[in-house]
Amino acid sequence: MSAVKGIVFDLKKFAIHDGPGIRTTVFLKGCPLACWWCHNPEGQAPRPEAMCGPRAAAGPMATGETVGRTLSVAGLLAEIEKDTIFYDTSGGGVTFSGGEPLAQPEFLGAALSACRQAGLHTALDTSGYAPRDVLARVAPAVDLFLYDLKLMDDQRHRRCTGVSNHPILENLAWLAATGRTLAVRLPLVPGITDDAENLGAAADFLAGLQRAPRVDLLAYHRIHNDKYRRLGRANPMGDTAPPGAAALEAARAIFAARGLPVSIGG
Amino acid sequence: MTPRIRRLRRQSLEAPASLSAERALLVTDYLQRLASAGDPVVVQRAKLFRHILAEKALHIGPGELIVGERGPAPKAVPTFPEICLHSPEDLALLHERPKVTYRSDDDLRRAYRERIIPFWQGRSMREKIFAAVDADWRAAYEAGVFTEFMEQRAPGHTVLGDIIYRRGLDDLRGEIAAAIAALDFFDDPLALDRRDQLAAMDIAAGALIAYARRHAVHLEKLAAGEPDARRAEELAALAGICRRVPAAAPATFWEALQYYWFVHVGVITELNPWDAFNPGRLDQHLLPFYRRDLAAGRLTAPQARELLQAFWIKFNNHPAPPKVGVTAKESNTYVDFALINLGGVTAQGRDAVNELTYLLLEVVEEMRLLQPSSMIQLSRKNPDRFLRRALEIVRTGYGQPSIFNTEAIVQELVRQGKSVEDARCGGASGCVESGAFGREAYILTGYFSLPKILEVTLHNGIDPRTGRRVGPATGAAADWTRFEELMEAFARQVRHFADVKIKGNNIIERLYARHMPVPFMSLFIEDCIATGRDYTAGGARYNTSYIQGVGLGTVTDSLSAIRFNVFERRLFDMPRLLELLATDYHGAEALRRRILEETPRYGNDDEAADALLAAVFEIYYAAVDGRPNTRGGAHRINLLPTTVHIYFGSVTGATPDGRKAGAPLSEGISPVQGADRRGPTAVLRSAAKIDHIRTGGTLLNQKFIPQIFEDEAGLQGLVGLVRSYFRMDGHHIQFNVVDAATLRRAQEDPDSHRDLIVRVAGYSDYFVDLTPELQEEIIQRTAHEAF
Repeated sequence: MSAVKGIVFDLKKFAIHDGPGIRTTVFLKGCPLACWWCHNPEGQAPRPEAMCGPRAAAGPMATGETVGRTLSVAGLLAEIEKDTIFYDTSGGGVTFSGGEPLAQPEFLGAALSACRQAGLHTALDTSGYAPRDVLARVAPAVDLFLYDLKLMDDQRHRRCTGVSNHPILENLAWLAATGRTLAVRLPLVPGITDDAENLGAAADFLAGLQRAPRVDLLAYHRIHNDKYRRLGRANPMGDTAPPGAAALEAARAIFAARGLPVSIGG
Repeated sequence: MTPRIRRLRRQSLEAPASLSAERALLVTDYLQRLASAGDPVVVQRAKLFRHILAEKALHIGPGELIVGERGPAPKAVPTFPEICLHSPEDLALLHERPKVTYRSDDDLRRAYRERIIPFWQGRSMREKIFAAVDADWRAAYEAGVFTEFMEQRAPGHTVLGDIIYRRGLDDLRGEIAAAIAALDFFDDPLALDRRDQLAAMDIAAGALIAYARRHAVHLEKLAAGEPDARRAEELAALAGICRRVPAAAPATFWEALQYYWFVHVGVITELNPWDAFNPGRLDQHLLPFYRRDLAAGRLTAPQARELLQAFWIKFNNHPAPPKVGVTAKESNTYVDFALINLGGVTAQGRDAVNELTYLLLEVVEEMRLLQPSSMIQLSRKNPDRFLRRALEIVRTGYGQPSIFNTEAIVQELVRQGKSVEDARCGGASGCVESGAFGREAYILTGYFSLPKILEVTLHNGIDPRTGRRVGPATGAAADWTRFEELMEAFARQVRHFADVKIKGNNIIERLYARHMPVPFMSLFIEDCIATGRDYTAGGARYNTSYIQGVGLGTVTDSLSAIRFNVFERRLFDMPRLLELLATDYHGAEALRRRILEETPRYGNDDEAADALLAAVFEIYYAAVDGRPNTRGGAHRINLLPTTVHIYFGSVTGATPDGRKAGAPLSEGISPVQGADRRGPTAVLRSAAKIDHIRTGGTLLNQKFIPQIFEDEAGLQGLVGLVRSYFRMDGHHIQFNVVDAATLRRAQEDPDSHRDLIVRVAGYSDYFVDLTPELQEEIIQRTAHEAF
């Protein structure tokens, strides 16, 4: 097996909302985006960093916990394969998430191939922000793309995530055109992504793809608030409240009107 | 729920548990005035049974569809002075204790003072047992190494098979007569014993028929005076049923339920058997009646549901007989452990789930009663729909039904020597115990504390709590230079206490066979008639004695902590460890935290820790499994705690895993409370490293926050968890679905949370009835989240 190593900041077993069945989700550290609503801010920086424990008062060094550890593909696979019986029984598998997993292309590619060889179903939870050749190299070993779509207007996208959405939209169209299995995940962030203009544009774009994908609308939540405090960083979202039921339903209707299969929650 | 059921259910819920002196007085009166000195014991017991059923008050409540109460009214609980004679202090304690209270009045106390105690003092089984066991047994019992199931209750675990659905008592009496006629007094040295036994069984059978006819007469009177024409008709129909069953085999669904219920009342009146009595595979037994009645237009599904609900309420009307002392601590509950089995496979090995299974699940969901408890037997052949339906009920947060692995149960029973057909017709009863229903006497004999034995091992055979020697000298811990020396000493101590326990069992089983035969119950357990032997004396086709290991998580983590901290990383040496334990980690909180946080612990799919779990299992298994009992069968192990892990914890000092003195032990095969940090799949993988097939049942508790049950992905995830655990031969899993905040609120305001039922350990109980320690422990059990 490949000797490539990567930096992983979490490994969650019994993950049941990251693709079909019971899964292990591997969180790769480092992300080129910095979304205001990011719920894994500890996954943004590429290197291991200090984070205080959940019960510590404040300050990253209070009761130190390092986020991120270096793992070999073999070491990662050994941990993943412990739960094979659960994947087999439930139709589950492995999901790579982050951070942006495509930001560690060598490690991701090797880990995906190793999973493939082990007969495991693979899912890639990605922002889609990566060079096309990187995406094209790993795509054959991915059974399911969980593809994030945030803002359709490039200016707004740049402002709220720090990067342009052009590569994201182009990669999405390419994946759809090459027949990959896709589920598009759109975060409903109040006041940022949930306006009718953005959602309508997203729905139009998706409906126009060669094969229209399934859409999962993910409601913004505040579970991450505590993480910013523990990292000693300011939370860009302040105390924004999660969207209400009416807002969720209005969003759902926009996608349903274009004939897209849409659900709330992933 | 029909208005009638709603009313009966409310009455059952609201009636306080009280003691009734009726039975104790009838028993005393019979033996003082009426018993013939010439009768052999078994015949005397049968006549006594007949006397009780002939003389006891009948209770037929307004609107009831199933009749027969053990006491004079719902939740009026009789006592069994021939087994356990309560002292005036016991009665006061039962009346006054804050939890699991049994009220009593002045009349009862006077009856006890003036008539019951003077007659029974020195004659009860409890006194006979404590007089007959040896000093080693008493020392271990008093130290809290093990408990004794039979010191206040008769041998139990009697789950009924299908016999009553096929045969009436007249038919069984015919078989008895033929068996007596066929006795061979020339070549069978036990012929006389068999004749006495069979004669007693015949008397007992007649007694139940007469008891049913008393009901018939009473019902006819009620019918005649009933102004409501529909109820009058119902009463007359019920009277007709009580004239036909149990003398004849049941012809209808209603008759089948009423027949069972008379047998149930008979069994729990004859004695107070552990784990009450239980109809077992109800969806299998009732199915032919259900289909026939439906086809004939005699019954509709709503009527069947109402009858079943009335049947459920009868169970709830019968709290367990009161317990005191250690027995009250090991099983601190009103629950009498009837466990209805649903699903599984047929005798021929086919998927047994049917339309009645689902109807019964609806009854479970709607009734939300403490008793009877319910479980599903999940075979790989059963559809997912069945499991999902059960999980939908589990998610309402009332702890039922629990989930069992049919393939594991069948393999366990076959390994113990049962035929595969008998194994498939079996199931689990009580908490989680496997048995061949209707054909086996599988008697739980006591809990066995593995952590206490480790404590004794570390102190060279001395119980540090009392300074008394309770086990052999197996070496001073301070002298050990290798971890293996500890394991060898531990194995010797386990063997010693298993010897002591088994010796005690062999005495106690014979005492029951001699003094407390159960000719009535023996009628229904095959092959007691054919062999002419009692249930207590090896008459059943299969005879097992179980010893229930407790504290597997605590003992595994403690051994892991010693290996890791003393022998591997040398954080401290053995004398320092002994000092930490002796001082309950006083002044060493930081060190205790390091032990807790850094030691590899059971429940995390960690090979190092789990290998020790497997080693402990092998030691315990080797000490017990296959050793003969007095009934022609063998001793086996299972792993379950009821509430004894609290009691055992209270008499066990600090343990090397960082547990403080007096804190509860881990329960069942669940990890130490809070030790599992890697989610439910890791717990299940760790738990599956026990060889469940070589036990007679294991108990695994998993607590989930309610959110996981709320969406489709969560439900599917749970289906996957259960199916995976069962593919790994896991025996049983149960889910507690309550959040900690709710439980805290219930602690603060018990009155508005009277109905909050939680899974304790193999059974559910009212949260507010649990002791504060147990409440705390339920809250502490790791709640798993899903991601």
